[in-house]
Order: sequence, then structure tokens, then C-alpha cells
Amino acid sequence: MKPTHTFQTEGVTAGYDSQTILQEVSISIPSNKISIIIGANGCGKSTLLKTMARLIKPIAGKVTLDGKPMNKIPPKQLARVLGLLPQSPIVPEGITVGDLVGRGRYPHQTFLKGWSKKDYEAVADAMEMMNITEFAERNIDELSGGQRQRVWIAMALAQQTEILFLDEPTTYLDITYQVEILDLLTDLNRKRGTTIVMVLHDINLSARYADYIFALQKGKLVTAGEPSKVITSKMIEDIFGLQCTVIKDPVSGSPSVVPIGRYHNKMKMYS
Amino acid sequence: MKNNISNLIFVGRTKRRRRYILVTSFLALIAFALSWTMLMLGNTIYPVQDVVRVLLGEEVQGASFAVGTIRFPRMVAGVFAGFAFGVGGHIFQTMLRNPLANPNVIGITAGSSAAAVFCIIVLQASNMVVSIASVFGGLATVIVIFLLSKGSSFSIGRLILIGIGIQAMLNAVISYLLLIGKHHDIPTAMRWLSGSLNGANMENLSPLIITVLLFTPIIMALGKQLDMLELGEQAATSLGVDTNKTRLALIVSSVLIISLATASTGPIAFVAFLSGPIAKRLVGVGFSTIIPAGLVGIILVLASDLIGQFAFVARYPVGVITGILGAPYLIYLLIRINRKGDL
Repeated sequence: MKPTHTFQTEGVTAGYDSQTILQEVSISIPSNKISIIIGANGCGKSTLLKTMARLIKPIAGKVTLDGKPMNKIPPKQLARVLGLLPQSPIVPEGITVGDLVGRGRYPHQTFLKGWSKKDYEAVADAMEMMNITEFAERNIDELSGGQRQRVWIAMALAQQTEILFLDEPTTYLDITYQVEILDLLTDLNRKRGTTIVMVLHDINLSARYADYIFALQKGKLVTAGEPSKVITSKMIEDIFGLQCTVIKDPVSGSPSVVPIGRYHNKMKMYS
Repeated sequence: MKNNISNLIFVGRTKRRRRYILVTSFLALIAFALSWTMLMLGNTIYPVQDVVRVLLGEEVQGASFAVGTIRFPRMVAGVFAGFAFGVGGHIFQTMLRNPLANPNVIGITAGSSAAAVFCIIVLQASNMVVSIASVFGGLATVIVIFLLSKGSSFSIGRLILIGIGIQAMLNAVISYLLLIGKHHDIPTAMRWLSGSLNGANMENLSPLIITVLLFTPIIMALGKQLDMLELGEQAATSLGVDTNKTRLALIVSSVLIISLATASTGPIAFVAFLSGPIAKRLVGVGFSTIIPAGLVGIILVLASDLIGQFAFVARYPVGVITGILGAPYLIYLLIRINRKGDL
């Protein structure tokens, strides 16, 4: 029932204008799992996601979906398999929530035709999943930041792709909404088998929600694997330059990073 | 439960579509009524049946010349130029997501005007050459503006400011050319600086008419992609829009129709600037505003021309009237942008 895909980057080097940010990154995204890309600011995690989502053309190397180079797949056809929620999409002035979510149906619609029954169903489905049905006919300008973010994710869901990329879906949100959104994305993965790849800032939430972690440093892949195996105090010190101790998250059992600053160091006091 | 939501959205969209169709039909009706008024009004007022007979090719004493040779081409020029300015302006404003980013303000019409005036005064070229030159003038201006505003990262604010600068330079060029062109009097100058329907004739209008008829379907076919572009570059790409190709096709089509309209009537002030926002306000959000913007363009041009011809003792070219209408809106926009602190 759950379709699987192979998605790979092979020796991808990418960047903007004259500046290369990613250097020969080769990764393989595990199908039907939640993968999270982590790393310090400017390490290239967003660039990697954008290159995988064909927003940036790689300078060298290639990105393949099911063995086919991405740039060989017609854009609309690709958009039925692979969706992306950008970091800061732009809200058209005065649009209703339902209409905006409906824009996610573009790759399924044919030339000049209106919405089909399937389009309405997909939009209703996506809105239900994101708990925003009550806003369907409301103007998006009236919504709060957390509500808007759910609308954008619903738009990406209405696209009904089997692979979904999200570029920092929880930035600027309160912790409550961060957890809510990550829970909703986990629902999506568990119920529909959607392969999810996202960039997250919060290392502890990443460790908790990821099935698989890709850690980048200065444009290079440092390590990859299940959170419980890869997240160690040494790895955090390597990629973030932060001294820390890693404990077991009392709620989820996943690794949890406790930073050590120059103050508040009880361990030092006792030793 | 799910059906309820689908239903709610369906009902909402049906309501919005009904409003869209109603408003668009109403705009078409006004445009049609104004076109007839243009044919009937003048030094002599001819009744509808005389106008119909002239249009059917019958010889009517007096009316055949006044309506057939003077008023009809004037009306056709107004309709096609108004439509072209309305549609082209709307495309630019939507694509660049800023009402200031339109052909009047960023100097594309000025580029077409300058090229046309240069061909007329310096080269004394034929109509065909003038049309072609004005298209190249418009396209060249777009290319120059985009290249100059590229920098390390593309910014629409910078593009607009550079465009305003270029427009000022091009207007200086036009003024200079008009000064050295000895045989050209004040009305001609007005035509190239603010636009006029005076002296329109069918032969000169044919490039504009053919291009508008040819490119309007292309622009309409790209309407959905234009909606997606509104969500930003990244969202549009991930929804499967080839953004570079779409943008290129939209820019070339709209510059073509705008440039040819400029070559025929001069850059009728502010029509490209006003039509899109007015149409959007009238039809609401959710459906393509391309055709309504074109219709508003027609209405603005024809109504302004009628006002310019008949409302005052002296006759004013259409661009003077649209200029009076547009300037306050430009000031309003600048004040609003200033408050928001973002270009």
C-alpha cells in the first residue's frame, strides 16, 4: 500500500553565485521514514534541502529520484511525487484558507479546468489533518503564526506527494506549536507512509522525532544514522563546537543534549 | 464531517465565482456602452441606427466620414490600447508582487516611446519600423532594468527604484527629441509624453490589434501559473511550475502588447498602473484577474477620452485625464508603503 521511493544525492556540490556551500554530499533518504538534517548555522543544511527539492541547481553531482536525474523529470510530474514547504512562502493578499490550500492541487489539475471532486476531497482531507477546518472560509490575514504554518503544511499535504520536504517548519513558533506541528507530521508519516525530510534547528526535538539524522558541518556530511546511535556529546562538540552532556530524554527515551556553558556547571563543582 | 468541509469550500468558491462572472460581465457591458458612445458622440451626435449603418458599410451622408474614418479608429485604438495596458500592467504587478512594479512607473512605456519618437523624428521611418522599434525599446528597457537590479541578490525594491530612474532619463530623451524635431508641435509632444487617441487610423493600428489577439490567449493560458508565482519562487517551483520559462513568457507577451499600444497611442498615463488594483478590488480574490484588468483598462481609456473631449471647453488628450486620476493613487500608495516601511 505504501509506495516506496529511492531518493539520492551523489557527490552534490552546490551554492549561490560564486560561493560554494555544499561539498560533495552523497546521501540516500530512507523511504517512508522521517529524516532530519541538523547542523550549525551556515553549514549548508538548508542548501542541501533546496538542492534536493530542485530549487538550486547543483554545480556538480546529481540528485536522483527512483534512479532518474531530477532535471530529467517533467516539473509537474515531479510535483506529484515530491513536495516542499519553503521557509517563507508569500501569502497572496486577501485569499481564503480553503483557496490557498487548494493551490496545492495545481500539479494534479489540467489546463484551464476548475476544481474536480478529487481536489475538494484532497483539500478537505489536508485541512482536517492539520486541524484547520474551522478556518476554511476565513481570510488568511486573520490567522496567527501557528495557524498559518498549519495552513501552509495543509497546502503541501493537498499536493498529496509521497515525499515531503520542509525547511524549518517550526521556526518562529512557540514551543507548544512546535510540538504540535511535529506531532502532526509524525501522524502523516505513520498513517500514510509519507517520506519526510526536514531541516530543524532544535537538536532535542530532532532527536525525538527523527527516525534518521543527517549531520552536516561546513558543507560536508559528518555522520548519518538513527538518533540514538549518532547523537553523542563528541558529535555535538564536533559540529556545533559546544561542550555538552547527552542524557536520555525522560519522556521519549531519545538522546537529549544538555549544553555546558561557562556558568551553571554542577558537574565541575562536584568533581 | 469531511463532506461538510468540501461543501463549505465549494459553496464559498461558487459564491466567489458568481461574483467574478457578474462583475466581469458588468465591466464588459460598460466597456461596450462606452465604445458605442465614442462612435455616437462628436461635433454631430449620430443616432444608433446611423452608426450601425456605417459599420455595416452603408454610405450615410456625413456620418460615414465622421464615424467611419475618425471615431471608429479612435474607439478601436482606445479599446486595444486600454486592454493591452490593463493586462500588461496587471501581469507585472502580480509577478513582481508590488503595485509600483508596473510598466508606467518602471519606464517600459517610456522605453517604447523613446524608441518610437527616435524613429519618427530622426529616421523618419515608416509605421512598421516604428512598431518594431517600440517593441525593441520596451524589451531593451526591461533587460537593462533587470540586469542593473540583479546585484548579489534580487530585490524588487531596487528594481523599482532603478526603473524610476531609467524612466526619468528616457523622458528626458523624448523631450530632447521633440525639441529638435522642428515640425512637431505641442499635441504631438503630448502624445508621446502622456498618450492620446488623436489621429488614430486603422492602418497604424493593425500591429497592435493582431498582437493583442494573438497574445491574450497565451497570457490567459498562463493565468494559473501566475497565481502560483504569487506564492513566491520556491513554492511555485515545488508545485511544478517552471518559473523561469513562465516568467519569460509572461514578460515577453506583456511587453509586446504594451510596447505596441505605446507605439499607437503613446504611453497613456497610469492605465497600466491603475487597472489591476481596481479590477482586483472589484472581482475579489480566488479567480484570475487578467481579463477584468483588461476591461478596466478599456473603461479607463474610453471614459477618460470622452471626458477629455467633451467635459471641458478645451479638448484634452486622454493621457492628461488618466494622469489626473492616477497621480492621487500613486501618492496614496507611496504613503502606505512609507508607513509600512517597505518598498
